Amino acid sequence: MSHAEDNEGSRRDFLYYATAGAGAVTAGAAVWPLVNQMNPSADVRAASTMRVDVAGLEPGSQLRVLFLGKPVFIRRRTEEEIAEARAVELSDLPDGDSRNANAEGTDASDENRTIDEAGEWLVMTGVCTHLGCIPLDNAGNFGGWFCPCHGSHYDISGRIRQGPAPENLPVPQAEFVDDTTILLG
Amino acid sequence: MAGIPHDHYEPKAAWEKSLSKRLPIVGLMYDTLMIPTPKNLNWMWIWGIVLTFVLVLQIVTGIVLVMHYTPHVDYAFSSVEHIMRNVNGGHMLRYIHMNGASLFFVAVYAHILRGLYYGSYKAPREITWIIGMLIYLLMMGTAFMGYVLPWGQMSFWGATVITGLFGAIPFVGDALQAWLLGGPAVDNATLNRFFSLHYLLPFVILGLVVVHIWAFHTTGNNNPTGVEVRRTSKEEAEKDTLPFWPYFVIKDLFALAVILAVFFAVVGFMPNYLGHPDNYIEADPLVTPSHIVPEWYFLPFYAILRAFDDTVWVVQIASFVTGGIIDAKFFGVLAMFGSIAVMALAPWLDTSSIRSARYRPMLKWWFWLFVVNFFVLMWVGAMPAEGIYPIIALIGSAYWFAYFLIILPLLGVIEKPLAQPDTIEDDFVAHYPKSSKDAAGGQAQATPAE
Repeated sequence: MSHAEDNEGSRRDFLYYATAGAGAVTAGAAVWPLVNQMNPSADVRAASTMRVDVAGLEPGSQLRVLFLGKPVFIRRRTEEEIAEARAVELSDLPDGDSRNANAEGTDASDENRTIDEAGEWLVMTGVCTHLGCIPLDNAGNFGGWFCPCHGSHYDISGRIRQGPAPENLPVPQAEFVDDTTILLG
Repeated sequence: MAGIPHDHYEPKAAWEKSLSKRLPIVGLMYDTLMIPTPKNLNWMWIWGIVLTFVLVLQIVTGIVLVMHYTPHVDYAFSSVEHIMRNVNGGHMLRYIHMNGASLFFVAVYAHILRGLYYGSYKAPREITWIIGMLIYLLMMGTAFMGYVLPWGQMSFWGATVITGLFGAIPFVGDALQAWLLGGPAVDNATLNRFFSLHYLLPFVILGLVVVHIWAFHTTGNNNPTGVEVRRTSKEEAEKDTLPFWPYFVIKDLFALAVILAVFFAVVGFMPNYLGHPDNYIEADPLVTPSHIVPEWYFLPFYAILRAFDDTVWVVQIASFVTGGIIDAKFFGVLAMFGSIAVMALAPWLDTSSIRSARYRPMLKWWFWLFVVNFFVLMWVGAMPAEGIYPIIALIGSAYWFAYFLIILPLLGVIEKPLAQPDTIEDDFVAHYPKSSKDAAGGQAQATPAE
């Protein structure tokens, strides 16, 4: 007797599980496009590289471009600025990582922060690593950048030296594609 | 409604009976409106009506503002100026909507603090409390997204800082932030989705408000004594209660009129007092305002967010134990959301069997300190994060958590409560010895026949 009932029970159970499973898969399939539409759209993703002409940039001056909705600082440093940045001891830096997308995992010495070996070209995302404000240039106690929001001081290599920001200003993917053009992204 | 015994709607005429058989809507409205309400409710029991009114006010003014607003980064700011200058009465509608958000939060904070003082969150009203907390969270989300829509400098940078909080979540943070923003930074995609959700969420809130009311109509209102209405018989219940209509409706409407007089004075004479002048500068992704502050109603939580930097030992321990996964930034985010989570858990953290702080001599002091602390956090949240302010914020944040996690559980054990009245009627007679005699006579006639 129990045999027949068990058999019937298990077939019914199977139907329950199959129905619930199909329902869950259908619900997931219905929800996914609704969630995924919020991810960055194709035109936003397509804008993820940018060419910047730096031919007119004199030493000691800086260019500010809007890349992926955030400002990027491109600075052509003078000999004195390079010397100043390279004279800093690593032990004086709160953040010991270069934060350079072109040289992951390297230390924060100035050589690892610039996109050329001579150290003339410093390219950084100009967003304070504390709460996302935009630092002012040629300001602060270390001759580099200063964030007016909560008082973070960055040196001429864009490294955090004083204040609440936890990290150095990040260097985005960047390289020279010819003598006067930098490719971002 | 279940619970307190009272008279129910009886359809009399033939059409009433006919309708009632098919759709008992009149009975539902009658029972909702005539619900027996503890007759000792004081003036802190008016905020629910104020909140309901403001929700409707915000929805109505919001719907008409949308008729003139353009959710696009190139037009949003100028369409708001268009509303202010060209749309007939547009400046008034916008100022009402703008300050309506502030009135909403004034009322909700009074409403929540009322619940904390009189122990309204305790059994059997935990579900009412939890739904209330959900409404509060949705309110904050709605207000935040609404503030982004005018596309001023504070809109833009507030959105940047607040969505940046999600970026602090380990491992998935960056992907989550990009998903929320629809791109690498706050931009048109962000503005559009915030507009969509800012329109949707008030209706979700409206639905939750119905459930909130349904829940406390099932359990009955709490009251200043925290003593339950007697349910043993209709006669006894009627000695503890009065019907909501007309007694409490009139009282609530009077309070609403007073509050709206103040509200419209603000709207008329100082409409920008609670706002920030920087938001009349159009959003510029290349320039940050020198001092980013959220709207006043977020300041206490902003203070908690910023209080935990990496010099605080709990942050250092958390960072050490998790191998750096929880850093100072993420800890601040956890603290901010945690501060609301511990409040939502109050029904289970409070171990006392006494509801009302009126009969809890120790809780009373700690509660008022909690209120003072709330305002201190609000003040310190508006200050720059340097000098003495982070220390004050840290002490205030610590007290917030201590109130829920230490004081509420501990007081239930060590506190010796005062004697509660046996019934609400006793309390009422003690407060109004003369008038309650008259009321007792008049009440029998006045009750459900009205």
